[in-house]
Formats: sequence, C-alpha cells, structure tokens
Amino acid sequence: MEEFYHALKVSPKACTGCTHCMVACPTSAIRVRQGLATIDAAACVDCGMCLKTCQRRAIFVEQDDFNRIFHFNHRVVLLPSVVLGQFAGEVSEEQIFAELIAMGFTRVVETDRSVDILAGAMREYMRTRPHLRPFISSFCPAVVRLIQVRFPSMIDHVIPLKQALDLSAIHARRQLEEEGVPGDQIGVFYVTPCAAKIAAIKSPVGEERSPVDGVINMDFIYNKVKMGLTRKDKTPLPRDAGRGYLSPEAIAWTLSEGEASSFEGRCLAIDEIHNVIDILEKLENDELQDIDFVELRACDHSCAGGALSTNNRFLVIERLRSRSKASAGRPPEEDEIGKHAGFLREQVLLPGKITPRSIEKLDEDTLVAMEKMQKIQRIMSIIPRVDCGACGAPSCKALARDVVQGKAKLSQCTFMQKVLVQEGLITPDEAIEIAENTWGKNRFNHHK
Amino acid sequence: MEFHYHIEGGDFSRAGSASSEVKKILKQLNVDPRVIKRVVVALYEAEVNVVAHAHEGNMTVTLDPGSIEAVVEDKGPGIADIDLAMQEGYSTASPRVREMGFGAGMGLPNIKKNCDRLDIKSVVNAGTTVKMTTFFTG
Ligand SMILES: Nc1ncnc2c1ncn2[C@@H]1O[C@H](COP(=O)(O)OP(=O)(O)OP(=O)(O)O)[C@@H](O)[C@H]1O
Ligand SMILES: [Mg+2]
Repeated sequence: MEEFYHALKVSPKACTGCTHCMVACPTSAIRVRQGLATIDAAACVDCGMCLKTCQRRAIFVEQDDFNRIFHFNHRVVLLPSVVLGQFAGEVSEEQIFAELIAMGFTRVVETDRSVDILAGAMREYMRTRPHLRPFISSFCPAVVRLIQVRFPSMIDHVIPLKQALDLSAIHARRQLEEEGVPGDQIGVFYVTPCAAKIAAIKSPVGEERSPVDGVINMDFIYNKVKMGLTRKDKTPLPRDAGRGYLSPEAIAWTLSEGEASSFEGRCLAIDEIHNVIDILEKLENDELQDIDFVELRACDHSCAGGALSTNNRFLVIERLRSRSKASAGRPPEEDEIGKHAGFLREQVLLPGKITPRSIEKLDEDTLVAMEKMQKIQRIMSIIPRVDCGACGAPSCKALARDVVQGKAKLSQCTFMQKVLVQEGLITPDEAIEIAENTWGKNRFNHHK
Repeated sequence: MEFHYHIEGGDFSRAGSASSEVKKILKQLNVDPRVIKRVVVALYEAEVNVVAHAHEGNMTVTLDPGSIEAVVEDKGPGIADIDLAMQEGYSTASPRVREMGFGAGMGLPNIKKNCDRLDIKSVVNAGTTVKMTTFFTG
C-alpha cells in the first residue's frame, strides 16, 4: 500500500496515552502503544478529531518551516476567507494583508477568488451527468478520504474537480509567469485552517502533484499578524497588489451551506464528521431519495471550526457573513482572474482517479475474511464488551479485530489478564509486562 | 455463518438498522461494493415492509464465501395475492405510513430487481416469509 502523508502528529513528551483521541477517532485509526497514541496512516483521514479532543495538546499539526518561503524570489500567500474571520472587526482586511507583506510575502491572493469559476464548473459537471446523482462535493479533503476508506461505493458520486485552492494557486502562478517571472522563482504557500488541507497538498488524491509549494498553519499566521499589529509604528503600510473583488458566494463558500446554497435542486449541507458518516450511511443504503447535491464538511460549522482556528467559530462566521453582505451591496467588479477563466476551466477536472482503499475488509479473499470474522465472533463472546480502552484499542470489537489481524494479543485485555493469572497461565509479573507494552515502561515504576 | 436481527413492527425510527448491520459485515468480507449495494437495497425494503405492514419479524442472514441468503420472516396480516403485491405501484399502505415517505408500492419490485433469487411465502392472518439470495460474483 502506498504511503499517506498526515500532518497530525503525536508529541511523545506531552502524550500520556489517555485514550480520549482513540475513542474520538471516527475511523478507529488510533491505538495506545508503549504509553503513546499511535495513528495508523492507512486509516487516518486527517479530520482532526484527535487534536480537538486532546486535553494535553499532545496532538499537533506539523507545518513547513516558515523560512522556506524565502527560497523563492516571488512568494505568494494563498489566504482562505476564514483567516480574516480570525480577527476582530476593528482589524481591517487592509491591515491583515499589509502584515502578510511585512512578514515576507510578495503577493497576497485570496483562495476563494476562483470560487465562481469552480461553482460554474461544478454546475456544468452535474448538469451533464444526471445519472451520477446524488453528487457529493470534494471540497473537504477529510471527507474525500473518509469516502475512500469507509464508503468506497460512493466514490462515483464525488465530483472529481480541483478545489478553489488549486485553481487560485494555478492562477497566481500563471499570472506571475505572464509578468515574466521564471516558474522556479515562484513559491505558492497556503494558509491552512485544518490538517486535512495539508494532507491534500502533500499527498493529493486524483492528481500527481499539488500546485501549492508549502503550507503554513493558520494559528501560526494569526500569531504573526497579531504580533505585527501590536508592534506597529503607525507608518502606513504598502497596499498589496493581489487583492481583488470577491463575490458574496465566494466569501461564504467555506462556511456551511456555502456550496449547497449555490446550486439548484435538493441540496443538503452537512457538517461535523459524525453527521457526515451518518448521512453517508444513509446515502449508501439508498435510504434518501431525490437528493441532488450534498455538501459534506468534516468540521463542526465547516472551516470556521477547523482545528487551527483560533477564534470562536461563531465569531468567524459572523465576520464572514457581514463581509459577504457588504459585497452583495456593491456591484460585481470585473476580476482579473476572469481573464484566465477559460484556462482554469480546462484544468479543473482532476486528472487521476479517486481510488477506493477500504479499511473495513478483513482480507482480500472473502473465504479468509469469513474465517477471520468467525474468530472475531468467538473472541467477542469471551471478552467483556465494556469498551474500557485499557487494552489500547478503542473498543472490544477493535481489539478482537486487531487480534485476528495479528496486530494485538488477546492478553492485552485486562479482564483476560485476570482470568489468565487466576488459571495460572501467566504470572502476575508477566501480566505487568503485558500492561507495560500498552501503557509504557515507566507507568508501573512508582507502584513497584 | 449466521446472523440474526429482530425487526419491530411500527418502529420506523429504527427501520434499516438490520440491513445497515449486514452492510458492515459484507464490507468486512471484501464483497464487491456493487453487490453490497444490491443486497442492502433488497434487505432494506424487506425490513421496511415488516415495519410498515407486519407486527414483528426476524431477519436471518446466512453467509457462505460465494453468496448471501437472507430470510425475513414476520408475524402479521400476510399477503393475499403475492403476484398483485409484486406489481409496481401496488400498495395497501395506510395514510400514516405514506406520511413517513413509504408506500409507493415499489418495495417488492425493488427487491426482485436487486437479488438473484426471490421466494415469497405468505399465509393470510399469520405472516410472510421473504427469502432472498444474492451471489457475490456475477
Ligand atoms: N411483510 C408484509 N406483510 C404484509 N403485507 C405486505 C408485506 N410486504 C408487502 N406487503 C403488501 O404488499 C404491498 C406492496 O409492497 P411493496 O413493498 O411493493 O410496497 P409498499 O410497502 O406498500 O410501498 P413501498 O415499499 O414503496 O414503500 C404492500 O402495500 C402490502 O400490502
Ligand atoms: Mg415496501
């Protein structure tokens, strides 16, 4: 199996193996081993639930070194609208843009400027393929990955188009090249509200390479802008060149209903990963009829609730909504990106396929899978089914599965350990040793 | 391998839970997603028919490496004329059932379309047994 890049990392210093993230993970990707949460790369969909539930901030989003931007003479920062929502109303867009220039970027480009072109392409895609209803948006990379690993039968319904992020990156690069800048001198950096977008850039689905050169975490940029604003010696900052008109739809695109409200027919907008799983189960069972389009976002309240959001999500939404309203009050402006609309439309389709990679199957061979399933059933009949997590797996079922797959031992179950000790099959010392493999060597030291 | 599920008549809020469970099992057995889809659609309709038309029922799923057989057996009013019931659009669903979005008379025809073998036996005022078989390789 190919490797999948994940930006979510566990800090061995901070992690205590407390199991909160393990229980929260919607794809059962986490196990506690040697006292640490470990994430299975094949099962992780980068949704960020682990990070959000971790009370010790032991899970973090790995980012590129900021100074890497200086490897390029021309440094474009791609800014999703939610970044502006991080700041209170008194910090103006101009100030934020100016700070970005001050910290070293040479051009600020709003990611959502290509939304109108994308929405048009999505509309066209859906109009010409009515047999593929219900259409599922590929906006959220965590959702695309979730579908790959847990709902592969729904892949054909996913609209296989690039996202605003890709289109704006392609456009920014093209624009600079037209101005005579050699391609290798252009670095395009995206400010991300979540881990999933990083994974989408580092190991893209349906394309070989992302047009984005690097990713910077939104909380990092927030701090840097904040710092710059407090230090400011009132001299007016240079106004950036890349700023253009954003339509009301484009501004609201990353919020819940952003896509769903842009299309005709019966459109649903669903956010938060468990809600998303629930609706995918229903769609997969054909329980929902006559749905045209579903917008699915892994985070609660979509990108406003992204793992790297520093501001309260409702305040983020408020700021974006008021900006959207202000834009609606102005006549639409001809945006410079319109000149490249045809060029972007030609490239909007993902060149590759979204591949299924089920994590559910017990074995390729159905016969072997059935034997394994029978073993799981036998194990389930003797273990306590209380899902205590003390074995290092999120549930008794998950442990049984791990045992059958050779990834765990049944004796990791504390209940089973007691039985084994009582029956004289293992010594109390051996029981401690088994527990140490799950909870780490030092866990039992001060009790000995 | 056998699995059993109970189906409660009248409980629309839980209709579909048995077929959803079967879906999870088939995914673990690495059955072709298109086959899973057919199976789940057929089971779902049979399950909803118990909920909508009968008092209570049981679903028994028997799996072997090449096929799935599901028997949905219920206690209920039974079906007097099975051929008639099989016709598209035929329904005796009450207005209450229709309000829940069921009762288009498409369930049984849909079951027929989505399984390889279908056998329905019914005794009026006693109950109905729907046996569906689907093969994993086409
Ligand atoms: N298990 C059952 N017990 C009693 N009657 C049944 C049962 N299953 C089906 N029927 C009868 O057969 C008719 C047709 O069934 P079918 O599933 O095709 O349509 P429906 O259930 O009425 O509507 P739909 O399935 O489209 O929601 C039903 O209206 C009912 O009269
Ligand atoms: Mg029916």
